[in-house]
Amino acid sequence: MPDALYNCTLADLSRRLAKGELSSLELMQSVIARTKAVEGRVRAFNSYDEQDALAQARASDERRAARKGAPSHPLEGIPIGIKDVISVAGQPLTASSRMLANFVSPYDATVTAKLKAAGALCWGRLNLDEFAMGSSTENSAFGVTSNPWDLERVPGGSSGGSAASVAAGEAVASLGSDTGGSIRQPAALCNLVGLKPSYGRVSRYGLIAFASSLDQIGPFARTVEDAATVLGAISGHDRRDSTSLKMEVPDYNRGIAELVRSGRKWKLGIPKEYFGEGLDPEVGAAVQAAIDAYRRMGCEVREVSLPHTKYAIAAYYIIATAECSSNLARFDGVRYGHRSKDAKDALDLYFKSRAEGFGPEVKRRIILGTYVLSSGYYDAYYLRAQKVRTLIRRDFLEAYKEVDAIVTPTSPTPAFKKGEKAANPLAMYLNDIYTIGVNLAGLPGISIPCGFTGGGLPIGLQVIGQPFKETELLAVASAYEQTTDWRNRHPSL
Amino acid sequence: MPKPEDFKLDHVTNLARINLSAEEKERFGAQLGDVLAYIALLNEVNVEGVEPTAHAFPVVNVWAEDVPEPGLSVEDALRNAPEKRDNMFVVPKVVE
Amino acid sequence: MNYEAVIGLEVHVQLKTRSKMFTRAAAGYGLPENTLTDPVVLALPGTLPVMNKEALDKIIKAGLLLGCEIAPVCKWDRKNYFYPDSPKNYQISQYDQPLCKGGSVEIELPGPARNVMGEHKRIALTRIHLEEDVGKLNHGEGASLVDFNRAGTPLMEIVSEPVIHSADEAFAYLTALKTVMIYGGISDCDMEKGQLRCDANISIRPAGSTGLGTKVELKNLNSFSFVRDGIDHEVRRQKAVLESGGKIVQETRDYDGQAGTSQSLRSKEMAHDYRYFPDPDLMPVEVGEEWKAALQATCPEMPFDRQRRLQEQYSLPYTITSVLVPDRQLGDFFEEAARLCGKPQAAGNWITNDLLRELGASKTALADSKVRPQHVAGLVKLVEDGTILSNAAKEVFIEMFHSGEMPEAVVARKGLKAETNLDDLERWCAESIAGNPKSVADYKGGKESALNAFKGPVMRAAKGKADPKKVDEMLRKLLAR
Repeated sequence: MPDALYNCTLADLSRRLAKGELSSLELMQSVIARTKAVEGRVRAFNSYDEQDALAQARASDERRAARKGAPSHPLEGIPIGIKDVISVAGQPLTASSRMLANFVSPYDATVTAKLKAAGALCWGRLNLDEFAMGSSTENSAFGVTSNPWDLERVPGGSSGGSAASVAAGEAVASLGSDTGGSIRQPAALCNLVGLKPSYGRVSRYGLIAFASSLDQIGPFARTVEDAATVLGAISGHDRRDSTSLKMEVPDYNRGIAELVRSGRKWKLGIPKEYFGEGLDPEVGAAVQAAIDAYRRMGCEVREVSLPHTKYAIAAYYIIATAECSSNLARFDGVRYGHRSKDAKDALDLYFKSRAEGFGPEVKRRIILGTYVLSSGYYDAYYLRAQKVRTLIRRDFLEAYKEVDAIVTPTSPTPAFKKGEKAANPLAMYLNDIYTIGVNLAGLPGISIPCGFTGGGLPIGLQVIGQPFKETELLAVASAYEQTTDWRNRHPSL
Repeated sequence: MPKPEDFKLDHVTNLARINLSAEEKERFGAQLGDVLAYIALLNEVNVEGVEPTAHAFPVVNVWAEDVPEPGLSVEDALRNAPEKRDNMFVVPKVVE
Repeated sequence: MNYEAVIGLEVHVQLKTRSKMFTRAAAGYGLPENTLTDPVVLALPGTLPVMNKEALDKIIKAGLLLGCEIAPVCKWDRKNYFYPDSPKNYQISQYDQPLCKGGSVEIELPGPARNVMGEHKRIALTRIHLEEDVGKLNHGEGASLVDFNRAGTPLMEIVSEPVIHSADEAFAYLTALKTVMIYGGISDCDMEKGQLRCDANISIRPAGSTGLGTKVELKNLNSFSFVRDGIDHEVRRQKAVLESGGKIVQETRDYDGQAGTSQSLRSKEMAHDYRYFPDPDLMPVEVGEEWKAALQATCPEMPFDRQRRLQEQYSLPYTITSVLVPDRQLGDFFEEAARLCGKPQAAGNWITNDLLRELGASKTALADSKVRPQHVAGLVKLVEDGTILSNAAKEVFIEMFHSGEMPEAVVARKGLKAETNLDDLERWCAESIAGNPKSVADYKGGKESALNAFKGPVMRAAKGKADPKKVDEMLRKLLAR
């Protein structure tokens, strides 16, 4: 039985659109219908603008027709879901927060503009943990997104909506953001490919800043090839982002194909610190099986050490909270956003608007970040954490003298039940153990499906790459992906 | 590294301009206490001679030429304003 | 007990750039509210800063002009505090790595009389750094209205060492600083337009001692005069406090220029905790030798160096140099005119008296003046060689100013050539003498001033075209017979 349109890969849909077998309008209608059918149970979206999406689809079909057979970008006419923390002009930008519940953005993020330039359809506003702070999407002020694989469980976070929508067929691919694992972990929990590019590869202009030195935007997709296509469209130097790198954007899929053709046998590192306590045995087994698959391919697999792994979470929660405490200061009800009705003067306005507008996790992180930067504590906390960060990055770069890429589990556990970890912030933070070092070191990382638990919950494999070597990273990921069938499984919704 | 009692919640929420309810103060105080205790782990690390990470990759002099570009119309600038008057943003009286 | 004042000045200078410090929204003044914004200025969610290269050029140039040490590397820091005029609720500034360190400003104190140059001193600087300006709060009743046009404009903060010891020195410092900024094309420093703002840190100590007393910060000093008056007022206030046995409280005070009083704003004890940390959105700045050299090549001669040179090279008196120096274009105008006619004092007089008077009366800028250096040079030459008399020359100048004609053309058109016929002159003088025997008697009796009585009739007969010097000579000659 042919795959429903809403479950097809981007590559496949792109080919069909190019051949004229399908119109973007039909595709968008199919996606909208699917969304309406399942959203009641999944709740991946904060909002979506049906009329706008259909108008975009019609415009795409017109553009394609006007080209009269000349090739279009592979993304032309493809609905891409957008995490509600990436700005799209004329659309709500809420960060899943009461603080921005009524905010409509007047400008496009650079990635939005790039998607539009490629002809993609910007589809909907996807749910997330408020201000991207969380690992389950339970911190959203507007509602919890369910994991399409098990509606009692979380899809992961913070980009839970971005993951759930693609897994449920409500988008062909989507954009999320990753500061400590917020793309990779939800991808692992939802049987998807999720990629965090090297820091500076993709512009952050238009991404609501959480931790400026850690945030990156990246794609969720059903296959490595699809993820590579989206990555290629959104990457590149941006003059509006001083932290974006001036570096050519290669044709990632062509690069992958060349590496595959070359028959290159990868040298893979398995960090011994990543397989200790806290790793769910089924996750461990699936990851080991994947590593064995790499061995069978002829890859050299060896143990490496990343000795400062155990300090990564502590360093992260100092640096990220410090930066976010400053980045979220602008949310004060003066120029936009929630304004308290009871404020008696301007000072009171701040205290009350922010108390009413922010949820508990956001408040906790702002408070922690304010503390670690405060007078007398900067050296002991922030400065020290930045030094530990240097050591963490050095660990990886040392390892890369011996290996091409590093392979680990993405998440220590599969999707957990809603409410299970919500009461204990620290327990939630400790989930990020495998993904967080990658952000601290500025490296690219990808999660790909590598199996299911006995209970049918997806398991993800993480591959960590060298700075700005996304092509190699994607090739390593693709090599394993092609030996498996995980991507063809879909949740029964 | 600072001691747990150094963390004065009221002082910090004042700096951060966030009101907390009594219940929040108690809950967050405890939760953040746990986090700070965990963070103390960093004390073990020998950071002597280690430079702090300023940026992921070393680049300098990232700038733009001084050429003005069109900005927001007044309408767009004020579109999301909670309160506006005479093309300006209204805030409650600022008390010095 | 004799006290001496110890003053440090913090001056914020708005740089003359076309766009803002960290975004390309246009910079400007006096425009309708909130028309100079963009998403970055308003700190909309997701926006990021990008440095303005011109602003960097200007601060480095300012540093070079003031003899500062330019940091080879510097970075940006976030200064975190909440205020409605500050969109991000942090200001991007420079905390521990300012772009410029040290340096000094040469100042000129008032002399014993208006036409006598006063003492020159050097006021040492601590540092200069770059930051971004905030918006403007307009206080209404029960509410404040915020205009963000000014928000994000590049601002240079210049901090002096606490080595200013009087209100006069402070005034001289601001004047000198402003002139340097204008010479360098860095800022117009117009206080009325908010392009220059000054806060003063003031303390007093027993004369001759070296420690520092408790300092008070004085704000809202909206003009150079208010800076001077405010400092005077504060110094007197502090003396009165100490003399009555009290202690100076470290605080910030707000000066009311109209009333000449100040009041406490907030205790400095409750200092902000700015939680400075390096801004992760911006990359550091490296200033290499090439960049510095390129900017050094554009640096003009410093104002007081020019003053000294004008005095020496052209033998110009202080009354003229003190007018030419504050305006760089005027000085350039003068030097060109002097080069063309070779008579610098004469050129200087025309420029500082007649040209400035006409420019002021017609509210014309020097750049728009129809009179150019060649006009002045031409006029000077015509007077020098006696073609016209000095009173006719005044008329020629005014004509030139309005029409832009070269002086020869005006002289020809209006027939203003001086009469030099000595026979006529002798006849008119003789007639005048003959017609006024009383004055003859007075003059011969020793009354010098009686000579003036004859001049009127001679000038009338000459229709104003006689050279007063020659008239005087002729009368004396005839009366001596």
